[in-house]
Amino acid sequence: MIPAQVSQFNIHTGHELTRNVKPILHEIRHALEKLLDTGDSHIIDLRSIPLAPGEENTIVEKLGQGEVHARLDALGSSEIYETRFAGVWLVTHYNENDSIVSRFIEITEVPKILRSQREDVVQAVKELATEMGTDDT
Amino acid sequence: MKKDLNLNGAGRAEEPRSKNTLGELLRSQGLSRRSFMKFCATTASMMALPPSMIPLIANALEKARRPSVIWLSFQECTGCTESLTRAHSPTVESLIFDAISLDYHHTLQAAAGHAAEAAREAAMEENFGNYLVVVDGSIPLGNPGYSTIAGISNIDMLTESARGAAAIIAVGTCATYGGIPHANPNPTGAVSVKDIITDKPIINVPGCPPIPVVITGVLAHYLTFGSLPELDHIGRPRAFYGQSIHDRCYRRPFYDKGQFAETFDDDGAKKGWCLYKLGCKGPTTYNACATTKWNNGTSFPIESGHPCIGCSEPDFWDGGGFYKPLSMPTENIAKTAVYTAAGAAAAGVAISALNRAKKNNSNKIHIKTTIDDLR
Repeated sequence: MIPAQVSQFNIHTGHELTRNVKPILHEIRHALEKLLDTGDSHIIDLRSIPLAPGEENTIVEKLGQGEVHARLDALGSSEIYETRFAGVWLVTHYNENDSIVSRFIEITEVPKILRSQREDVVQAVKELATEMGTDDT
Repeated sequence: MKKDLNLNGAGRAEEPRSKNTLGELLRSQGLSRRSFMKFCATTASMMALPPSMIPLIANALEKARRPSVIWLSFQECTGCTESLTRAHSPTVESLIFDAISLDYHHTLQAAAGHAAEAAREAAMEENFGNYLVVVDGSIPLGNPGYSTIAGISNIDMLTESARGAAAIIAVGTCATYGGIPHANPNPTGAVSVKDIITDKPIINVPGCPPIPVVITGVLAHYLTFGSLPELDHIGRPRAFYGQSIHDRCYRRPFYDKGQFAETFDDDGAKKGWCLYKLGCKGPTTYNACATTKWNNGTSFPIESGHPCIGCSEPDFWDGGGFYKPLSMPTENIAKTAVYTAAGAAAAGVAISALNRAKKNNSNKIHIKTTIDDLR
């Protein structure tokens, strides 16, 4: 795997280059207000926005880490944590080489992917019944 | 002999392709709903669709059926296939390839010669009217013998395979616009897919090579919506080619402020200033490199300090030099101007002379990059 610092080559990263960091923080703030008012969630795909080397890290650093930290093992790992701003979650999906395949900021009470999924629960009932030898589902 | 070929090596020849939905297929592999949702979220990102579409994508993909895909490689360097296969670890993105039945790809499949051709013919017959044809490489019209597969000329194989296709995806600048084989002096008479096939929907996915997730994104779009994505005036999906490299470039603020690197090692270059004066073709190039990036999102050429060479645009190779600024006239343009100056009355003569000059001086027109270009 290519070390992350290679992408920083030859570039000064100490300051914002695209000036897209602050608008994203504004978008998060507006989405948080909407979450309070209407309960509507919002998702920002960090791969859809032009960011200079270091700017994505700047956003991640500014958001910090809060109380909840979860790790998902599904098609490679996923790291999901609430930032220090309640209601703002960072969801990072990795593949099995630990390369990031997608990254989202979710403004919600809890990201949907963390909840038990109905389809999996249906399967769980069948599996448990089989395990217990009472497969009458 | 018919053969299912999966890039992650998991053979599924025993599964009936057209009967299984993708949802059923993935569940039969023990894939959890969470994994599926992760796949859908990544697919949405891959297709440059808003995250609000994720539930719709999940719903559509759940019901999608595996289409048969025939991949034809003509005059090409295999870079497009390399781009695709190198980028995929056997996880999220490669599920797209589990979701299709790749029935023919002579570079990747184990079968060769008549056995491989039999697989192609069987796939065409079984899925007539519904299969997808993916093409990389240009097609030589100068002499069919320049490029053949199992003794079949490229043009014959393309027209035969296209007959029952639902759509054709032209992958790479060679298949989309002729690419490097088409560059002056075009010794093989190379043309693109759309120069030959005119009665089928064609999606152009240019790039030398194209960004892998753009290739899979187009496949994912077809799987998800069962239709082709919205295309621009030269047949490219707008989701990926809708904006110029320049407009999405993180160095754009330096361009706006007039801060340019003048050489590759000056202070401006070290500060990461705009590479326009070093020949960057970002302003005239439409592609997703600046946001999607390469090597699993690591970087893209401009981020590594090199100007965009405009590889997703038609005739990029004859653009007058990779290291010449866009504002500098190319030799071709200068010649055109001279002939135009000959006057409107002599326009026919001028065009004829231009064509002759183009043919006779093709080697001169072909500008080579020298060390001076880099200074």
